[in-house]
Amino acid sequence: MRRAEVGVVTVAAAGVAGGLAGSVSGWWGGVVAGAVVVGGLAAEWFVRRRVRAWAYCERQDDLLVRRGVLFSRLSVIPYGRMQFVDVRAGPVERAFGLATVRMHTAAAASDARIPGLSGDEAARLRDRLAELGEALAAGL
Amino acid sequence: VSELEQARWRRLHPLSPLVHVGRLLIALAIVAAPSTALGGSPWELLAQLVAIGIVALLGLISWLVTRWQVEGDDLRIETGLLRRDSLRFPLKQVQAIDIVRPGLARVFGLSELRLRPAGSTGRHARLAYLRTREADQLRTQLLALAGGAASRPAGLDEERVLVTLPTPRLVAGILLSRLGLLATAMLAALVGTAIASPSAAQAVIGGGVFYAIAAATAIWRRFNGAYRLTVAEAPDGLRLRSGLVATTAETIRPGRVQAIRMIEPLLWRPFGWCRLEVDVAGRQRAEHEGGPERRQLRAVLPVGGRDLARTLLERIVPGAPDERRRPPRRVLLKSPLRYHFLSWGRTDGCVVTTSGRVARTTDWVPLAKVQSLRRVQGPVQRRLHLATIHLDTAGRNVHAALRDRHVDEADAALGRLVELARTARNVATAGPKV
Repeated sequence: MRRAEVGVVTVAAAGVAGGLAGSVSGWWGGVVAGAVVVGGLAAEWFVRRRVRAWAYCERQDDLLVRRGVLFSRLSVIPYGRMQFVDVRAGPVERAFGLATVRMHTAAAASDARIPGLSGDEAARLRDRLAELGEALAAGL
Repeated sequence: VSELEQARWRRLHPLSPLVHVGRLLIALAIVAAPSTALGGSPWELLAQLVAIGIVALLGLISWLVTRWQVEGDDLRIETGLLRRDSLRFPLKQVQAIDIVRPGLARVFGLSELRLRPAGSTGRHARLAYLRTREADQLRTQLLALAGGAASRPAGLDEERVLVTLPTPRLVAGILLSRLGLLATAMLAALVGTAIASPSAAQAVIGGGVFYAIAAATAIWRRFNGAYRLTVAEAPDGLRLRSGLVATTAETIRPGRVQAIRMIEPLLWRPFGWCRLEVDVAGRQRAEHEGGPERRQLRAVLPVGGRDLARTLLERIVPGAPDERRRPPRRVLLKSPLRYHFLSWGRTDGCVVTTSGRVARTTDWVPLAKVQSLRRVQGPVQRRLHLATIHLDTAGRNVHAALRDRHVDEADAALGRLVELARTARNVATAGPKV
């Protein structure tokens, strides 16, 4: 189980936005900045919950990925059904040394991703999934 | 066919550019005829003739540069003059091979061979056109190669006809479908206005001519696609043949079927009719993408009684479950329209679910074909202690969902289905690959 520090980014963004707005004009700027900070905190709370709900578990034959607070989802993906696994890291993710692992099966509906893994963990997971996928591969 | 001959490049039939151009010509004639008839200048006519000439030349060139061959386990096609395309289709991964014969091609005794690969974005392989006998032979040969056997000489003739669709029933079925009703309403409205005031009707016709053409085409497609549909059982699967002007012949191999869907529209219910569709692996869209423009699946039975559907189902998925479990009553609060149709059942190898608001749809998914399982719970569902289990398949758009079950039941079902799917998968992998 792991979680990402996306919330930190949100707070930083909110602070910067607030500061900018405050410096632009006097009194109204302050109100706007306050609103932005409150909004940022609320967003941070949501994001933290979302991140905390995101979890995965490697079982013997399949991978479980759970996510979502309001709409909770639990995906069961057998290793043998994985067509390919890709690891992606956007600019923000790279700055924090994080990566997203994404699993694809032959069904379009069952895409499962695990964001916010550390680079090493992502690479380990990718290799392990690829290895297991090859060992247990099943036809269509 | 000797090995040497097999490995040689071959051309398509020399008449194929003529057929291609001819089909275009007919379309062009329909579009251009009114303007020409109304008073076209000779220049316009000339321009059209030049356009036809260019199209004919392009057709000829494309025929000249296209060649194909069967090489080992692959079908290779090379085409294109400026941008050379070399396509290679591994026959092991071919999902289905169809023979399509458009009206004009039939006049010349030609047919088109179409291969559907399994890839989700892959192109179809098209060989247009071949002589009909050659196409039939090639199809048998390719199917045999795809099946793994070196060659299966006989087998084309040993088939047993299961269903033939009577035309009156097809017409009735189309008239009672949503599309048919829409067209009928349009026609009635038009006739009504024409009687009331002819001048207004003229204006309406002028404005709505494209809708009329579109509706007519759609209805014609559906009619032609299912006309005199014959389902026959053969050693290599179910054979479907249909068509009035353009005919198609395809083979559905039971091992390739990802899911089956039965639809019972509201208006068909008094007659006890239903529509049975099969889903094979192929290009698919994600859930949020275009609902209305979704391609229709191949119907094994466009309109037919439930007994007939049941018989066919038994051929494709032996031992399909029938037992149904109803959802809890409080689901009525969450989805009042769906409640009456919701249910599910399973055996060790197959899951059946029913759903639908107006039309009842029943989906069968063999557990060996399940790609992944998902449990989804929305906010309303959580309050009501409900959850939905989705079973994803590689099919185009059928996927079974155990909607709105009690949480405990859903969790138990999820655990059990994961296990069953694993066993089914292992058995399927250990056995001979179909």
